[in-house]
Amino acid sequence: MIESIILWILAICLSPFYAAVILKVKAFFGGKKGPPLLIHYFTLIKLMQKGSVYSNSTTFIFKMGPIASLSAALMALLFLPIAGRSPVLSFNGDVIFVLYVLGLGRFFTIAAAMDTASPFEGMGAAREAFFPIICEATMFMILILFFQLTGELTFAAYFTGIQTSGLWRVAGAPMLFVVMAFFIILLTENSRVPVDDPATHLELTMIHEVMVLDHSGPDFGLIELGAFIKLLFYSTFVARLICPIHAAHPFVNFVIFCAALSGVYVAIGVTESVMARFRMDRVSHFVLTSFALAFFATVITLEFVK
Amino acid sequence: MTGSFVEILNSAAFHRPRLPHLPFADFRKQALDIVASGGKVVQFFGYTDGGIDKLLAVLRTDKLLVAGCDAPEVYPSFTSQCEPFHLFEREIAEQFGILPEGHPWLKMVRYHSNCRGRADVFGNDYKEDIPGNYPYYSVTGEEIHEVAVGPVHAGVIEPGHFRFNCIGERVLHLEIQLGYQHRGIETLMQKADPKRLPVIAESIAGDTTVGHGVSMAQAIEALTSVQPDAGAKMIRTIGLELERLANHIGDMGALSGDVAFLPPANYFGRIRGDFLNMTLLICGNRLGKGLVRPGGVRFSIDSEISRTLTERIKELEPQIRHVLDLLLLTPGALARFEGCGAVSHDAAGKLGLVGPAGRASGLSYDARRCFPKEYYAHLNIPQNPKSTGDVFARAKVRADEIMQSIQIIRSLLSRPIETRCVEGSNFDLAPSSFVVTVNEAWRGELSHCVLTDADGRILRYKIKDPSFHNWNGLAMSLRNTGISDFPLNNKSFNLSYCGFDL
Repeated sequence: MIESIILWILAICLSPFYAAVILKVKAFFGGKKGPPLLIHYFTLIKLMQKGSVYSNSTTFIFKMGPIASLSAALMALLFLPIAGRSPVLSFNGDVIFVLYVLGLGRFFTIAAAMDTASPFEGMGAAREAFFPIICEATMFMILILFFQLTGELTFAAYFTGIQTSGLWRVAGAPMLFVVMAFFIILLTENSRVPVDDPATHLELTMIHEVMVLDHSGPDFGLIELGAFIKLLFYSTFVARLICPIHAAHPFVNFVIFCAALSGVYVAIGVTESVMARFRMDRVSHFVLTSFALAFFATVITLEFVK
Repeated sequence: MTGSFVEILNSAAFHRPRLPHLPFADFRKQALDIVASGGKVVQFFGYTDGGIDKLLAVLRTDKLLVAGCDAPEVYPSFTSQCEPFHLFEREIAEQFGILPEGHPWLKMVRYHSNCRGRADVFGNDYKEDIPGNYPYYSVTGEEIHEVAVGPVHAGVIEPGHFRFNCIGERVLHLEIQLGYQHRGIETLMQKADPKRLPVIAESIAGDTTVGHGVSMAQAIEALTSVQPDAGAKMIRTIGLELERLANHIGDMGALSGDVAFLPPANYFGRIRGDFLNMTLLICGNRLGKGLVRPGGVRFSIDSEISRTLTERIKELEPQIRHVLDLLLLTPGALARFEGCGAVSHDAAGKLGLVGPAGRASGLSYDARRCFPKEYYAHLNIPQNPKSTGDVFARAKVRADEIMQSIQIIRSLLSRPIETRCVEGSNFDLAPSSFVVTVNEAWRGELSHCVLTDADGRILRYKIKDPSFHNWNGLAMSLRNTGISDFPLNNKSFNLSYCGFDL
């Protein structure tokens, strides 16, 4: 239990660091030096020291947005087996609970965006509400597959200890599809290229970023931290899936996990560097690809196909 | 004097009493006939001469045509029959309070009172600043929403207000309201000490410093009967082409950045700086300020500078070729560029688009080829028309022009350049004269027009930046395009706010 809580805190503390890895990779591809790896810590500290500005037209909903979205991300992380160790909390069906906790966080971000009555934020909210719907379909398809393979509905049953390598042994080929589907969900849920462009300053093209335009200072810091944690949350899935090695020694285990996690973040950075962004009306096709992959993965493991 | 529109030469002084002064009805009919049969409007403006308000139009077919008339207080609008006059009529209405009756979209251009102190045509009260609060075209309906952007923008750019009428993600109509940077440059050019003209002209639009500098210098030279030597013409040509290269390359990088395709954005950002630094090498600053003066240029290109420039270009050329290929052959980037924000050939003609934007829609007009000045008459400028009129076409025109400009500069540098640098320019302008200069700045046709009075003072200085034609092209390109593609289209036009606002 103590170990799980320590890992939980470590994950929170490391999330801004890993997000900076993406920046470094992108800078490398651009022939630049890029910002320091600790840049996001500096940014968070800077934001926390600032004051917040609130528009006269906003209500308490607007102030609740950042807190709710960060809490949702922290809560979701409690259920996540980090480095293959058992999570802080776990119960049967927690996967569905966690998905909707994240959904609740998104709901509050969207509500806060609508609260500003800015046409930009409304536009962003509409986009942010649309794409995750498709992700949700994919997630459930993957859950059906995992349930079929393990007979359980907890993250702990999929990602702790030797469970993950077990999944590979039972259904190796479908798991490849699942990794790809997860990666697409990761890019979509975390507003990365080719779905969204986290680096742009152009409000009209943004999805996530435009919803938080009116937040400032500590509020914006909370949103940023929430986003880092959410990114780490999804990256952990992919990292565990591509590197299901389970070492006996907890420390070795943790190092292997960190290396796998770095691999995922580098992959995100490479994707962002070599791909252009999709046109907004094509994004849904891209996200639907993840559903198709998950669907096939599930179908080919069904009994009647065998 | 009756008669018809007469031909004038680019940058040649014309004695004003010999300008055809037509009765208004004839002027209107002939102007409409010329434009209806494929002509375009270069300049159309009002001026006051000896207490009488007059209009003057410079049109182009394969030659430049000019005629004037007395300005009526109210007249049937040209635009209702012939679209290219649209913005020019609005400008005249704003500057002189002359009402074009039946104008389909009579709205202020830059939001200022007219120079004659007449009642305002638009009924505005200019004591009040009302940024963004203008009567906009509006669409109503269940799922219609309006998005207002600017005048303060997210990037460090100039101010302008954009009003989108959308249905969901699709834009039905975009209306652009500028004028936030109106500095009264035309009046300033009239009133300022002539010695200040070059400095003011170079400040009209910072990214077109050489373009405006050359246009102004040609006008003054024509009015003072000074001819720059061949070396000066070559250096001006190099200056214009370096400006074109730096801006086109910057635009290609920005287009790439707008679709989040990073490598070309990063490389072109750096290469743009390399070309700005070449201008720096020639005249001591990256924007080309102080390079061009009436009578010639202030800085020569000696053999050592020429060699350095040649070496730098030789090193950069393959890099540019590679990065252009990377951008224009990557499917992901092409998917964003192709079919995005198309302006049809017909619409482009009616809007009178110029420069790369016009060529992308198949209007092959290029002032370097059609009305060559400086050293362009000795150079072979290819035509670059494209047919699709979309973002890809606008990018491709730029890509072609980048490679062509490099060839132009290389060929100029391979010849001996000798010039006597000018120290002080002659500003004793010929009295009662008229001159129009037409140049191809990097955004397109740039024209300055100078009228002098009987004492050789400037009576009217009219400036037309290519952006004046092209802003409506951007509005047109957004029709039925996703609102998230606006930044991409905007960048593919990359128009000047201050060049428009004057």
